[in-house]
Amino acid sequence: MSLLSVRNLSVSFATSAGVFKAVDSVDIKVDKGEILSIVGESGSGKSVSMLAVMGLLPWTATVTADEMIFDGHDLSMLSARQRRHIVGKDLAMIFQEPMSSLNPCFTVGWQIKEALRLHLGLDRRARHARAVELFELVGIPAPEKRLSAFPHQLSGGMNQRVMIAMAISCNPKLLIADEPTTALDVTIQAQILDLLTGLREETGMGLVLITHDMGVVAETAERVSVQYAGQKIEEQPVASLFRAPHHPYTAALLDALPERATDKRLPTIPGVVPGQFDRPAGCLFSPRCKYADDKCRAKPPPPLGGDLGYARCFYPLNTDERAAS
Amino acid sequence: MTAPVMTATALARHYEVGGGMFAKPQTLRAVARVDFDLYAGKTLAVVGESGCGKSTLARMITMIEEPTAGSLTLDGQPVVRARWPKLRQDVQIVFQDPYGSLNPRQRVGTILMEPLAINRRDMKKAAREEKAREMLGLVGLRPEHFDRYPHMFSGGQRQRIAIARALMLDPKVLVLDEPVSALDVSIQSAILNLLVDLQERMGLAYLFISHDLSVVRHVADEIIVMYLGKAVERGPKADVFAAPRHPYTKALLSATPQADPAARKERIKLVGELPSPLDVPPGCPFAPRCWKVQDICRETRPELDLPAHAAACFFPLKPGENATDAVLSEEDFNTESLPQTD
Repeated sequence: MSLLSVRNLSVSFATSAGVFKAVDSVDIKVDKGEILSIVGESGSGKSVSMLAVMGLLPWTATVTADEMIFDGHDLSMLSARQRRHIVGKDLAMIFQEPMSSLNPCFTVGWQIKEALRLHLGLDRRARHARAVELFELVGIPAPEKRLSAFPHQLSGGMNQRVMIAMAISCNPKLLIADEPTTALDVTIQAQILDLLTGLREETGMGLVLITHDMGVVAETAERVSVQYAGQKIEEQPVASLFRAPHHPYTAALLDALPERATDKRLPTIPGVVPGQFDRPAGCLFSPRCKYADDKCRAKPPPPLGGDLGYARCFYPLNTDERAAS
Repeated sequence: MTAPVMTATALARHYEVGGGMFAKPQTLRAVARVDFDLYAGKTLAVVGESGCGKSTLARMITMIEEPTAGSLTLDGQPVVRARWPKLRQDVQIVFQDPYGSLNPRQRVGTILMEPLAINRRDMKKAAREEKAREMLGLVGLRPEHFDRYPHMFSGGQRQRIAIARALMLDPKVLVLDEPVSALDVSIQSAILNLLVDLQERMGLAYLFISHDLSVVRHVADEIIVMYLGKAVERGPKADVFAAPRHPYTKALLSATPQADPAARKERIKLVGELPSPLDVPPGCPFAPRCWKVQDICRETRPELDLPAHAAACFFPLKPGENATDAVLSEEDFNTESLPQTD
C-alpha cells in the first residue's frame, strides 16, 4: 500500500471574480521511501495541491478528492485535532519562503523545540540536544549559538536550513519539500539534497520534491509528475521522462533549458500559462502547442495509459519508445 | 583586438563595520583587487556564491559606490566621482527582481521616458515618447502596453520593461544582476534570447552576474569565478567549463545539478561554509574547505597566474584530474566533522 494516495484532487478558490480552479483532478501516489518530484512553472498548482494534502489552505479554498489517504488515515475525514497529531510529525513540509514562514517573535531554537515538545514529548535537556543535533545535520555552523538567534538575524539560506531542520525533527514518514533549495547556493543545495536522500535511505521516508529546477529533478527524483495550469499532464520515471517526454509541454520545457541548447538562441514556448479568464475549452496547452489542431482546441484530451506517461495529449510524442521501454 | 570598453584594475571595496564608542571598527573586504576588461559585443560572467562580492562589484561598475582602491576606466577615460553623472549614462543595470525594480505608480511609458527626461533635457517630449515606443517594440512588448502599469504584467514582461529602461540612454555597458533567476524556465529562455539579440544589434558589453552555471555556460564569453571578494579563476568560457583549474571552480561545477539523469558524476562535497568576510584567512581564502590544501596555502595568498586562463592557486588542477585522487575519502566528508567557521 502506498504511503500517500490522492485521487482526483481538485482545489478551487472563491475569488471576487468567480471561481478559480487552481488544481484540476490531480492524482498523487507516493510509496514508502520513494522520491516523487512535481515540476511545473509558477501558477501550475504544484504548491496548492500539496498544501491541500497538508490541510493548510485558507477557508476560501474548496478541496474535493475521491480519495486522500495518508498512512492509513483518511485525511478528508480527520478532525482538526486529529490532523494536528499527524501534520508536523508524520507528514511534514518544508515551505518555500523561509523568511515569512518562521515566526519573527521567537528564536529559531524555541520554534524547533516547540515541535519536539508537542509531538515527541521530550524533556528540556533532550530537546536541546536534539535541536543542536538537527542544526548540525543541516549544516548550520555554531548550532549552540544559532539556537538563540531570531529569524531576522539569520540569512535566507540559514533560515531555510532552520525550516528543513524543523521539518525533519520528528522523523516524518512523508516529507513534502516545496522548493527547498531555491534560496540556497549550489554547494549548500548539494549538501541539503544529499541530506534528504540520506534520510530516506535511513528512515524510509517518502519525499515529495516540488521544484522548477530540472537539474535538481534529474539528480534527485525517481518519478516525475509534470503539472501545467493545475493539471497533471504527464508522469514518468525520471530517466524516461528526460529521454522521451510524451507531452509536447514537457518536451518544450526540456528544450528550453540552456544546457541542452545547441544554438545561441534557445527554443522558447510562445504565449503564457492560461489564467482564470482565458482557460481554453480543449487542451490547456493547445494555444502554445506547435502540434495543436482543431481537435485539441475543441475538447480536452483524457490522460493516456501508463505506458505513455498518463500524458494528457491526443498526439503524444516519442511513441515508438513504447516498444523499447 | 579592439580596445576594451571598460577596464578595471585592482578594483577593491572595503567597508568599515561595527565599532562603537571604544571598539575599533573592523574592515570588511567585500571586493579585493579584481581586474577585468569588458569588450563591446562580449559577455563577461561573474559567478560565485552569495557573499562573494558579485553585487558589490556591480555597484562599483555602475557608479553607485566608489571603489576604495583600484581604478576603473570607461572608453579609456578614468572614472572619477566628479564625472559620474556623465559617465553613468553609459553604464546601466538590470536588477534581479522585476517586481521590486519598477515603480508601481508609474505607467510603463513614464518609466521608459524618465531616463530621457532627466538626462536629455533638450529632447522634445514627442521625441522622448517616440523613442520609448520604439524601445518597447525592440524588447518584444506591444504598443498598447505603453499606458499600462507594472502590476498588469507577468514577471518575464516586467523584466523586458526593466531591460528597455536600461537601454533608453544607449549605454555601452549593461550590468545584468541575476536577470533571469526569478523567472520560470520557459520565460528565462525568451529573456536570454532577447539579451543575445540586443547585444548583437547594439554592440553592448554585458557584465552578467549569476550563480546559475547552466545559464552562464550559455551566455558568457569569459568567466570570472569569485570567492570571498577575490577572483579565484578567470578565463574563456570553454576552458573554464572543460578544465577548471581552481579547486573551488571544480567543486562549484560538480555541485551544479545537470538536467540529465543518465549523467552519473562524482560530486565534490565541500565541507563548511564560506568564512566570514570580516575574518578572511591569511592565506588562500578557500584553504579551509579545499581538499588539496597544504601548509603554504594557509600562509601565503596565491595570486592569479597565467594570463589566458588564470587561477589563484598554488596547486592548480590539471585537465582530467579527479577530486577522488585527493587524500580525503568519503568518510572525511561526513557532516559530523563540520569545522566551526565562526
